[in-house]
Amino acid sequence: MFVGIDIGSSSSKVAILNENKELVGLAVENLGTGTNGIQIVLDKAFTQAGVTPEDIKYTVVTGYGRMTYEGADTQITEISCHAKGTAFFNCDAKTIIDIGGQDAKVIKIDAAGNVSNFNMNEKCAAGTGRFLEVMARVLDCKLGDLSDLAKASKKDVSISSVCTVFAESEVISCLSAGESISDVAKGAHRAVARRVAGMYNRVSGEPPVVMTGGVALNADMITCLSDELKTTVTPVSHPQLAGAVGAAVFAYEKYHKAKK
Amino acid sequence: MGEERKSSKQLLAELQAKHYADAQQAKAEGKPVAWSASIAMQEILEAMDIAVVYPENHAAAIGARKESMEFINNAEGRGYSTDICSYARVNIGYSDIKHAEAQDIPLPDFVFCCDNLCNTVLKWYENLAKDLNIPMVLVNTPFVYDDEVPERSVKYMRKEFDHVIRQLEEITGKKMDPKRLEEVMETSNEAAKWWKAAYSTAVKNPSPLSGFDMFNYMAAAVTMRGKKETVELFRTWHDELKERGEAGMGPWKPGEDEKYRVLWDGIACWTNLSTTFKTLKKYGVNVVCSTYPDIWNLRYGSNDLDGLVKAYAEHYANRSIKFSVDKMSALAEEFQLDGILYHSNRSCKLMDFRQYEIQRQVEARTGIPYVSFDGDQTDPRIFSDAQYETRIQALVEVMENKKNAKGGK
Repeated sequence: MFVGIDIGSSSSKVAILNENKELVGLAVENLGTGTNGIQIVLDKAFTQAGVTPEDIKYTVVTGYGRMTYEGADTQITEISCHAKGTAFFNCDAKTIIDIGGQDAKVIKIDAAGNVSNFNMNEKCAAGTGRFLEVMARVLDCKLGDLSDLAKASKKDVSISSVCTVFAESEVISCLSAGESISDVAKGAHRAVARRVAGMYNRVSGEPPVVMTGGVALNADMITCLSDELKTTVTPVSHPQLAGAVGAAVFAYEKYHKAKK
Repeated sequence: MGEERKSSKQLLAELQAKHYADAQQAKAEGKPVAWSASIAMQEILEAMDIAVVYPENHAAAIGARKESMEFINNAEGRGYSTDICSYARVNIGYSDIKHAEAQDIPLPDFVFCCDNLCNTVLKWYENLAKDLNIPMVLVNTPFVYDDEVPERSVKYMRKEFDHVIRQLEEITGKKMDPKRLEEVMETSNEAAKWWKAAYSTAVKNPSPLSGFDMFNYMAAAVTMRGKKETVELFRTWHDELKERGEAGMGPWKPGEDEKYRVLWDGIACWTNLSTTFKTLKKYGVNVVCSTYPDIWNLRYGSNDLDGLVKAYAEHYANRSIKFSVDKMSALAEEFQLDGILYHSNRSCKLMDFRQYEIQRQVEARTGIPYVSFDGDQTDPRIFSDAQYETRIQALVEVMENKKNAKGGK
């Protein structure tokens, strides 16, 4: 068995591959680095796969918490892992958009799923999952409800600030000016999409474009990104787990390479 | 055999100390002291025996000692925006606080400005001149849009050169000695030649030079090009590196291999020098060249004043995007680069505003992977360790893939 662990800033993910390179365990826990989320999610995935820690031959850890996690054989960046995970799901993507808790990345990959170029957000929460978390809080809704809310939008409300803190004030102003929660939610999605589109253009992104990371669970965000990039953006299967799956594939490959 | 030769490291430390001590002494003796922009025509000042301090170099030293925030807070408290160059904020703060643990410098009797490195320096020096009630001497350097410095620019700068000498004669009450100027020009040319020769030893694979040493030695290239001792310093450093190279030694200790060779674009993160260096070294990444140190490879013919003013206009910071792309692509080949590291330096608008386009064009031409990271030359609030490491590690993974694809090491 081969384990991939992705310790993000706001969630922990685990993927387990068997000897035949088949996914036998997949689990997510919405607790990130510095919490006991990693132990909870590992237990879940082990139970699901019906394995014990003794069955594990190789473990790769990725994500923001990769440097401090001591239970892995090696650590690899989330950039390479998302590319590997995307390739595992057999898609022909040339560009990956990964929006996680505190990072937004645009990754260009070659046919073999190797990274050829990438761009990441600046030292700022604009364009990341954190931005949407802040928006959900101000709109007094759950993060998971943002998509349905935004889909019901009838009117364009522009959130122009690129700064999360200022955007929060801007949203509050919009709400007090009588704009609907739905329209503001849509405006927030468009703001993230515009930010990511800038990064996409900077690395000369090309279709087909897929999306990974937790924010890909937000269907309206996918629509806004597709509009902004003028191409269809498709989420990969299990987008939030793409990094963990990629790490598990690396674990599989590294184990077999070392055996040769 | 005479007495044992001093190492270049010893010479550098001694010269740096002497540089600042000389300025303090000049001030104490009532001689004029100048604060000068880093790529200004120091030949004139040196020939007229004017003590010079370079605020950019001084700010970098303050940054490296991790005390820049005190000065930045002072400047920002007096109304200077956080978006202004942090060298300017540190120096403007110093002009008020007048003491730094890293290094004290005398206040200037005039400022010597050359705008061939950016536009910010103009307003920065104007404000210093106004605050301190001292003259500002300016050499305006037209930006070079074309492949060559136009003849009209050379003529214009030559007239300015003569005018500046007259201004300085008035300020100091001394006459310029053309013979002495000729001598200083010879020395400066020689120092620049050995500066270039030393860091060019990194062409060898593996490089005997660790790129962060280049950032350290650059202090002498900026502040002391006109001194004979500087020629000796760079020649010694060159000889040491050449010897290392001939012995097959890499940039670090034996056993610490150079696995990847990268170019560092932009100024160092002086406040995070150790982190930026150690993270790269951890992955076997050596900075073998940079677009930045080459700026002080200021060369011209013997007593060639037209050539001198031209040299100060035709360096990297005063040139077009096309020049930058050509230059970086040539460095990529010459230094056999595996990757390029772009420091998106919040302070430096000149370098940042064109960086995205340069990245795009250089990648299209060379196919070399790159990454950029956020940082600042002396404002420690911009850089993030974890973000830097993720970007470096991801670049390493891409470089490794490319090497494997090529069947390399």
